[in-house]
Formats: sequence, structure tokens, C-alpha cells
Amino acid sequence: MDYYDSEDNENLEIELLLEAINAKYGYDFKSYARASIKRRIRHRMSIAGIKKITEIIERVIYDRAFFIELLGDFSISTTEMFRDPDFFQAMRKDVFPALQCLPFIKVWVAGCSTGEEVYSIGIMLKEENLYDKAMIYATDYSDKSLSAAKEGVFSIKSVKKYAANYTDAGGIQSFSNYFTAKADSAVIDPSLRQNMVFSIHNLASDGVFGEMNIILCRNVLIYFNRGLQNKVFGLFTESLEDGGYLCLGSKETIRLSNFSDNYDEVLKDEKIYRRNIRPVSYSQKINGNTAVTPEFVTKGGELIRDMKSKIDELDCLIRGESGKDSV
Amino acid sequence: MRRYEAVVIGASAGGLDALKALFTGLPDDFPLPIAAVLHLHRNTKDELITLMQRDIRLTVKYAQDKEKIKKGVLYIAPPDYHLLVEDDKTFSLSVDEHVNYSRPSIDVLFESAADAFRGHIIGIILTGANKDGSMGLKRIKARGGTAIVENPRSAQFPDMPLAAISETEVDYILDVNEITCKIDELVGAL
Repeated sequence: MDYYDSEDNENLEIELLLEAINAKYGYDFKSYARASIKRRIRHRMSIAGIKKITEIIERVIYDRAFFIELLGDFSISTTEMFRDPDFFQAMRKDVFPALQCLPFIKVWVAGCSTGEEVYSIGIMLKEENLYDKAMIYATDYSDKSLSAAKEGVFSIKSVKKYAANYTDAGGIQSFSNYFTAKADSAVIDPSLRQNMVFSIHNLASDGVFGEMNIILCRNVLIYFNRGLQNKVFGLFTESLEDGGYLCLGSKETIRLSNFSDNYDEVLKDEKIYRRNIRPVSYSQKINGNTAVTPEFVTKGGELIRDMKSKIDELDCLIRGESGKDSV
Repeated sequence: MRRYEAVVIGASAGGLDALKALFTGLPDDFPLPIAAVLHLHRNTKDELITLMQRDIRLTVKYAQDKEKIKKGVLYIAPPDYHLLVEDDKTFSLSVDEHVNYSRPSIDVLFESAADAFRGHIIGIILTGANKDGSMGLKRIKARGGTAIVENPRSAQFPDMPLAAISETEVDYILDVNEITCKIDELVGAL
């Protein structure tokens, strides 16, 4: 077989397939990292006994059930509860204390897949007594993944693995308390779902999801190309409150994007970033006044930040929680 | 166009020693990029790189997502992520399911690299106790690349070299130190 001559054709065919999927069904995979997409297409071809991508295009257009299968292939990614225990430990130790004084905590788990991270963060919020004032928005483009996430049913085998992660992440309960056994599955404690909203949202094509205090999007952006990564970082930057936290996967970074300047590092290794205060660019935009020097703007930002933390402190004092937090 | 644009390597059990042996002889101005999958435990720390760097003259680093691939660097697939090469010669990482019970998987790197470099590539399978890499090496060969396998008789674990040899008509079966010389010869580094 002469792979060499067929290479350009194959790339062209993939381009056309993704175009067809977008035109027909409105799912945009054109800006996904191509090598993974290619692997998944080939995987489907070998299962379905299809020789050419062109044939897949035809099937996708005329056979909805086949498309749903392919969509399933595209959305598979593996996740675990408390994957990277160090990250979750850091959230508990370095991020949650700063949330104690907020009246309300909005968390967005973007690209939540089958929900493992949604429940992980839910469990931690509960253990730190923050759950009751929290709302967790879990989104994914895949209907199928989202339904699975909502159900919260896991295999006993994976829950055993998660239990080890949970302990490493500084879990303070018996992990099995969060599940009830049903046949050979473990069903998540439904009370964890009380403050959770599951909804369809496609990072590649949908808009801002507003005023979040935490955005968790781990090991999703590696599937996007640079352009789409940048766009999504823009989306997150717009969706985060000032001082809100952005949490990425351990091999992801905001530093190579156009939005790097909008974030301070909370913990470098754990990829936890904090959205800095906004008035800088806003005042520039509103006035369009070049007389506003960068120094002036920086100073202003600092003053506002100071003031904000003083107000938080006062708030804590009023509620008699002083000494507990050093916000 | 030059015959080769990159070298990819797969190694499993015993692989760290084999990699060191292979690279000790390679100069720091090696004219191609090299990407390697080592089957590392998922909790392997970054110190591994420091440790490897002690014995290897080329720059050694974990491959980063979307990083532009440069010559004279030995990129290691980070633990618990698949490493793929894109057509624009950048890396991508993925957390797709394990392939051959492995993540990173050698097949995943080799197959994507064979495509991205259009066969202008040398694929090397070293010691290991599984079958990962045999399909990837097959693709490299089919695309017109060169396939080298460590001699199963001298390899610390022969299974992976044997699996590669039975799957593909490989170009060279060599001891590790001979592989270094062969790379030099093929690439004309010295």
C-alpha cells in the first residue's frame, strides 16, 4: 500500500468530513488538534469496515445513527475522580479558604465529560462546608456524556481507584460514604447533585457563561489547536469574576495564550491561575484617553485590590469569623 | 529535501538504561528532533528529566502541548499522556484511553509521527515486555521510513523487539551501541 501518495488526499477528506459534520449537525471539530481526530476517525473506519474517509462522509450525511456513533468516538476522553490528587489538595488548602467569605460561589466545570471532576469538586466543597452556598455548572457538548454525568453511576473497580486518589488528595471521610452499591456499580450520593446544573455547552461555538468564581477545565484544551485554545481562554476570561480562579490540566498553560496578562499564578505546578482585577483595560476602553498612563492604571488597580481585600476583611469581622481567614 | 526529518523511539521495561546507552554517544548538535515514549509510571516526577540529562548531551525535556518541535532536542512523552505529532510539526497531548495498556503509547506517537513527517523518519523499538510499538513501526515502514529494532538477544526484555520484528520487515536489528552508530550513519551527524 502506498501511504505516501494518499496522504494529501486523506487530509483533504478529513477537512471535508469535518466541514460536513459542522454544516449538517452544527458540531465544529475543525479547530480540534488533528492528530487525535484522525486516530478516532481511523478507529471508527476499522470497526465499521470502511476503507475511505469519503465513505464516512456519505454515511455521516445520510445516516444519523452512524453520526451519533462517530460523535461518541470524538467525545471519548478518560477522566477520573480526583485525578492529580495534588491539584485537589491544593484547591482545598490554597483556594477554598479564600472563598469562605463569599456570599455565593459559582463553579463552572467546562467540558465535564462523564462528571468525575464535577463530583470531585462537589465532595470537596461539601467537606469544607462551602457546598450550601455553591452552585456547580457542569457543561459538555456531548449529550451522551452529560447524561452519564447526571446519573453519576461508576463501576466498582474505578471507584476503588478513585478512593486512592481521594485519600492522596487529603480526603477526610470514608470515600465509600459518597456511594451506594447497586449490582456491580456504585451510585453517587444524590444529595451531591442538589446544587449542580448540567447543561449542553460547546466550547468551540457557544458563548460566555457568566460571573464564575472558579472555572475548572482540565485536559480539555489539549484537544484543541492553538487558535481554538486562545478563543476559549478569551471565553473563560470574560466568564470569570475578578479574582476568580482558572484551573487547568497539569500539562496545560495560559502562558502561551493572548490572555496570559489577565492572570496571576496561584500555584504554578498545579496550574491554578487567578483572574486579576479588571478596571485597567476597562477604563482605557471607556475613555479612549491616551493621557491615562499605564502607571496610573496599575496604581489604580492596586488601590482597588487593596480596598476589596479590606472590605472582605471587614465582612469577615462583622460575621465574627476573624482570625480564621487571612484574605 | 533531506531523507530524514525526525527520530522516534519507543522503550518500555529496561528502557531508561537503553536510552542512556543509546544517547551517550550522540552529539549535542544532533541535526534532527528526537521524540521518545518511555512507559513511565503515572506518578513519575520531573526529576527523571534531570537524571537523564546527566548522561545525555542533547537537551532532554518533557514534550509540551502545542510545542514546536526543534532539532537537537530529546523530547520525552509526559507520564499519563499520549504524545502525538501534528502536521505543522508541533506536539499534541491527549488523555485518550490506554493503547496496549499504555499511556503514553508508542503506537500513538509512531503512527502520528509517520503521518506528520510523511515517512521521512527513523523509528526505533528498544527493550520492553509488551507489544506496544509494533503497529506504529509498521506504519513508519509502510510510509517509507526506516525501522530499527534492538536485538532481542541482547535486549534486557526481548518481547517488544520480537513483537516489532514479527509484525514488520524491519531494516536493522542491532545491539544498542550499534544503533547509535547506525543513526550517525543514516543521518550523517558525525
